[in-house]
Amino acid sequence: MTPAADPARPGEPPVGVPPVLACAGVRKVFGDRVVLRDLTLDIAEHEVVALIGGSGSGKSTLLRCVNLLETVDDGTIHLDGRDITDPRVDPDQVRQRIGLVFQSYNLFPHLTVLDNVTLAPRRVHRLARARAEQRAMELLDRVGLADQARQYPDRLSGGQQQRAAIARTLVNAPRLLLLDEVTSALDPELVGEVLALIRELKGDGMTMLIATHEMGFAREVADRVCFLADGAICEQGPPQRVLGTPEHPRTRQFLRRVTDYGTG
Amino acid sequence: MGGSTAAAAGSADGYQPSELQRRRDAYRRRQSVRSVLIAAGSTAVLGALLVAAVASSPGWPRVQQSFFDPAVAVQALPAVLRGLWLNVRLLVFCAAGALALGLAIALARTLRPAVFFPLRAAATSYTYVFRGAPLIIVLYLFTFGVPGLRLAGTPSVLVLGGCALVVTYGAYLAEVFRAGIESVHPAQRAAARSLGLSHAQTMRHVVLPQAVRRVAPPLLNDLVALQKDVGLISLAGPVDAIRAAQIETATSYNFTPYVVAGVLFILMAIPLVAVTDWVTMRAARRQTWAGAA
Repeated sequence: MTPAADPARPGEPPVGVPPVLACAGVRKVFGDRVVLRDLTLDIAEHEVVALIGGSGSGKSTLLRCVNLLETVDDGTIHLDGRDITDPRVDPDQVRQRIGLVFQSYNLFPHLTVLDNVTLAPRRVHRLARARAEQRAMELLDRVGLADQARQYPDRLSGGQQQRAAIARTLVNAPRLLLLDEVTSALDPELVGEVLALIRELKGDGMTMLIATHEMGFAREVADRVCFLADGAICEQGPPQRVLGTPEHPRTRQFLRRVTDYGTG
Repeated sequence: MGGSTAAAAGSADGYQPSELQRRRDAYRRRQSVRSVLIAAGSTAVLGALLVAAVASSPGWPRVQQSFFDPAVAVQALPAVLRGLWLNVRLLVFCAAGALALGLAIALARTLRPAVFFPLRAAATSYTYVFRGAPLIIVLYLFTFGVPGLRLAGTPSVLVLGGCALVVTYGAYLAEVFRAGIESVHPAQRAAARSLGLSHAQTMRHVVLPQAVRRVAPPLLNDLVALQKDVGLISLAGPVDAIRAAQIETATSYNFTPYVVAGVLFILMAIPLVAVTDWVTMRAARRQTWAGAA
C-alpha cells in the first residue's frame, strides 16, 4: 500500500499527485434551503476522509452529489481530473467507478445476496453468469458472507446486510468508495463487524469518503477529518487535531454535544 | 403456535413441559375444539333458517319450476357451454393484451427524457379517457364504428370487440402497474443507479419485479372482473354464454339457462379468485417473516 498522506504534512493531501476526487465551489440548494455552499474538498489516491457534522449539515447530500444522484447547483466535481458535473457526461458510467453504500443498505429484497452482488456485473458489464458469480463469491467470502449467498436479504442481520451491500458495491471495483452513515442503522453489537471490514478496505488502499457519526472510528481509520457545518467545511485536518484539539468554536461545540452522548 | 408444538414434542435438550404448560396446552386444545363446534352449529342453524324461509314462501314452487328445472338445465347446457368457450378464448387473449398494454402505458408514464414527452402525454391522456369511457360505448365504437369506415382488411367483430376490451382494461391495469412502480421505495432506484444500472435496467431488474409482486392481487382482481365483462361482446353479435342462455330462455320460456350460465361463471372464477387469495396470503406471510427477523 502506498502511504495515504505525506508524512511531513500529516493530514494534508499529498503534493504532486492529481486528486482522485476534487470538489470545487460546490453548491446545492433544496427549495430555499442552501445545503452545500461553496464547498471545496480534494481527496488523494488511497486517502480516507471522514466527514463529520450534525444532521442536516450536508454530509449525505455531498455524497449523493458526488455519485450524481443529485445535480449540483454550482461548482465542479472532478473524478481523476475529469469534470463529472458536465451535463454531457453519462452518469451511469461515472457511477460504475464510484461506489456508494447507504445507511439503510438498500439491498434488493427480491434477489438473493448473490444476485444482489452479480446484478451490476451481469447487466452493466455483461459478464457471463458463471464469471460474475465466481467473482461475487470471492467478495462474499471476503466480507464473511459466503455461507449466506443464497439467502434473501430479509433473513440477514443488519450487519450482514450492510456487509452484503458493501460487497455489492465493491464488485464494480470502484475508484472511490462513498460510505453514508453505514453503521447508523445498526445495533451497537453489529457495528464492529462493519467497521472491521472498512478498516480492511483501507488496508487495501481503497480511496474512501466516509460520512460518519462514529467519532472513535473516524479518529482511527481516517487520514483526514472534515467537520461540516452549514454546508461548508468548517475545519479539517488530521483526526488527532480536529477531534482532539479543535480550533473552531463550532467544532468544539459539536464534539462536546456528541461526546455527551458517549459516542466519542 | 410454534412454541406449543415444540413443547408437546419435547426437545433435544431433554426438556419436559411443566405441569402448568401442559394444563395451558390442554385448555387451548379444548377451546379450539369448542370454536369449531360453535362455528359449525351456527352455520347449520343459519342455513336451515334460510332454506326454510325460501322454501316456505308462497311463490317458491313457481320459482323452483322456472329457475331450477333440471330438464331445462340439461337441455340448455351444450349451447351455454359453446358460448362459454367463446368467453374463455376471449378472456385469455384480452387478459394477455390488457396486461401487456397496461404495463407498456405504465412504463411510458415513467419516462423522463424530453424526447418522450409526446409518448408520456399520450399515455396519461389514454388512462384518463379510457378509465372514464363506459365499456359498452367503447365496444359499440369499435364493433360498429370501425367497420363503418369500410377500410380494407377490417378484422372480424370478434377481434374488434376484443380490442375494445383490451383498450378499456389496459387503462385500469396501467394504473395498477403505476401504483406498484411508485410503491417501490426511491432508495431502491438510487441503489440500482449508484451501481451503474441505466434507467431501463433499473426498471427491468429492480423496480418491476418488486412492483408486480406487490400489485399481483389487484391485477388478478381486475382479471376476474374482465372475465365477466368479456361477455358484453355479445352486444355486437357473437354468442357468449349469457347470450346463449338468453336464446335458450326465449325458446323454453324458462329462466333455468341463466342459472346454468351463472353457475358456470362462478366455477370459472373460483380458480382465479383462489390464486388471488393465495398470492395475497403468501405476500402477507413473507412480510410477517421479514418483520419477525
